[in-house]
Amino acid sequence: MTEPTRPTRIPETDDGAILFSVPFPTVLDAEALAALREMAPIIVKQPYAIDYLHSYGQDSPFFAGLANGRLLGRMDPATGYTYATPRGHDMATGAETDWVDLTRRAARVHAFTVCYFGSEEFLPECPFVLALIEFDGADTLFLGRLLGLDPNAPTLDWIGLRVGLRFRRNSKFKPTDVYFYPFGEKDV
Amino acid sequence: MRPVYVLSGGVSKFAKARPDKTFPAIVKEAYDYAIGDLGLEHRQFIELVDGSVASYFSDHFARQLMAGIMVQDYLGLCPKPGHRVEGGGATGGICFQEAWKSVASGDMDVCLAYGFETMSHVNTWKGNEFIALASDVSFDYPVGGFYSGYYAMMVTRHMKEFGTTVEQLAHVSVKNHRNALYNPYSQKHERLTIADVRAAPMVAWPLTRLDICVMSDGAAAVVLASEEGLTKLERAAGRTLPRVKVAGIGRGTDAMRMADRPHQSYDEFIAKNLLPHEDTAETRTYYRELWEHGFRYPGVHSFRAGRMASKAAYARAGITDPLREISFVELHDAYTSSEIQTYEDMGLCRYGEGGPFAASGAAFLPNVDYGLEFGNSQWPVGVCPVNPSGGLIACGHPVGATGLMQAVFALWQLQGAIGEHFGDDTLQIKDARRGAIHSHAGTGTYVTVSIMEKEA
Repeated sequence: MTEPTRPTRIPETDDGAILFSVPFPTVLDAEALAALREMAPIIVKQPYAIDYLHSYGQDSPFFAGLANGRLLGRMDPATGYTYATPRGHDMATGAETDWVDLTRRAARVHAFTVCYFGSEEFLPECPFVLALIEFDGADTLFLGRLLGLDPNAPTLDWIGLRVGLRFRRNSKFKPTDVYFYPFGEKDV
Repeated sequence: MRPVYVLSGGVSKFAKARPDKTFPAIVKEAYDYAIGDLGLEHRQFIELVDGSVASYFSDHFARQLMAGIMVQDYLGLCPKPGHRVEGGGATGGICFQEAWKSVASGDMDVCLAYGFETMSHVNTWKGNEFIALASDVSFDYPVGGFYSGYYAMMVTRHMKEFGTTVEQLAHVSVKNHRNALYNPYSQKHERLTIADVRAAPMVAWPLTRLDICVMSDGAAAVVLASEEGLTKLERAAGRTLPRVKVAGIGRGTDAMRMADRPHQSYDEFIAKNLLPHEDTAETRTYYRELWEHGFRYPGVHSFRAGRMASKAAYARAGITDPLREISFVELHDAYTSSEIQTYEDMGLCRYGEGGPFAASGAAFLPNVDYGLEFGNSQWPVGVCPVNPSGGLIACGHPVGATGLMQAVFALWQLQGAIGEHFGDDTLQIKDARRGAIHSHAGTGTYVTVSIMEKEA
């Protein structure tokens, strides 16, 4: 007997026929009414779509920075505690933080994964590498995409890797306007 | 605060999809079971219950705002007081604690906690998207929002920091799936090996599909009461009810964005986060050496919220040696890795020891054959079974119901009634006296720990 070498199941999709009626008893006597308890459920598709008008609020200069080739973090003015992901007020002091330019700081991979599956929005981009990046002199991390590595050969050696950052030329005003790539020896 | 008893509970069988019923009708299944287990009819219970707390995570999945009141209405609880709580994956645990507060404060004598989630209303990948919206939509979600990805980053850091292995993670999957073979309420019934777990499709390196819980439809309900409420229910039922009380609760929080987690110093950790039983010269030296090797707390590998929730719950329950003073733990194993991380947060072992602890057999049931060999280790096999029910990984994770499901299974353990409810007593822990339930949200943003105890 030959074992199947390819998928034996058709992937399920949410599309299908438009249905305007289903079988139902022609006579609703007591027996038919009682039998309705056993009826299979009717499942209908209800589309739902919406455009949100999302404001980045006090974090807006970060996205403006990305559009202009700058990665901005924030820093508590008194303690110097530095957030690689912007945060308007400091956790410890409660004070409003100042903007700080992280663009030229040395950066390394702190943790990473390769996503072979993902949320619906990102499925077409799989596999992709997510990485938490640490910057010299910053106390917190930054989540970004890491390019230039083989997603089919991940290794823990990627942790600690020196990385450079690049910016999209045509900004999307998303955090992915900046992304990371491993420095070669010559870059370091 | 006055004593609070957990008296009964019910769970709908968790399933990938329950199109046969609407969510209020699924909650009704769990409610009816809980009331029936008290020996009461609905009409009797409704005369005695003072109000409720409703638990469900996502308005996106429900596509129905104010779904809580629809359940309240369907159960016939109107016009009694009620409210909905939400805290991501910890919603069920928070619901249990809010019901406890309603009774402990004197506001109610009898309170019903119920929870549900119907995640089958969208396909799996849209469901993952909905769940990922529980990450910062300005900075985290747009980068590739996917919770399995977030947890996998914690894993790589845990592995790098402590030498944790994927085989150690797989031990958790083998354990929880095997336990679930004896739990008729669980969604999955699979007999797995370490090799099976590793050979499953890779989802987010190094987590495979068998390292990750599934989405589910389901509901759970729990009845809590004061001494006065207990007396009223006993009078109505015409019998004495087993005494299981809530010995202590704790709750902690942490930064929404994993990137923002502090990287505390050794001194700060010792001052704020050390558990009392860890306060020995040997353990201080152990932690000092971790810091000398670059460890920072909580970082992305540990859950400070889980540690703080445990610390508060243990202090209130008078627990000084959790591994030996807790008979079992039902914890939030959305991932095999998060079970290992939680061993450490709850002080079953020290930070960094979760991997060897998982493989030691300490968290396994001593009477179940897992097809694994456990070597000699500092932790006795079966000393503190974790997720004897099968946990989220095998039982399923209908978010709003999950924390309450844990309370129901813990109650049945402490009542010695697992055989009665499961139709098989394999999972009954001998002489179970005290159980801990642990509910967890986000990347460790809200965590609850509640201690339940059989009254002597």
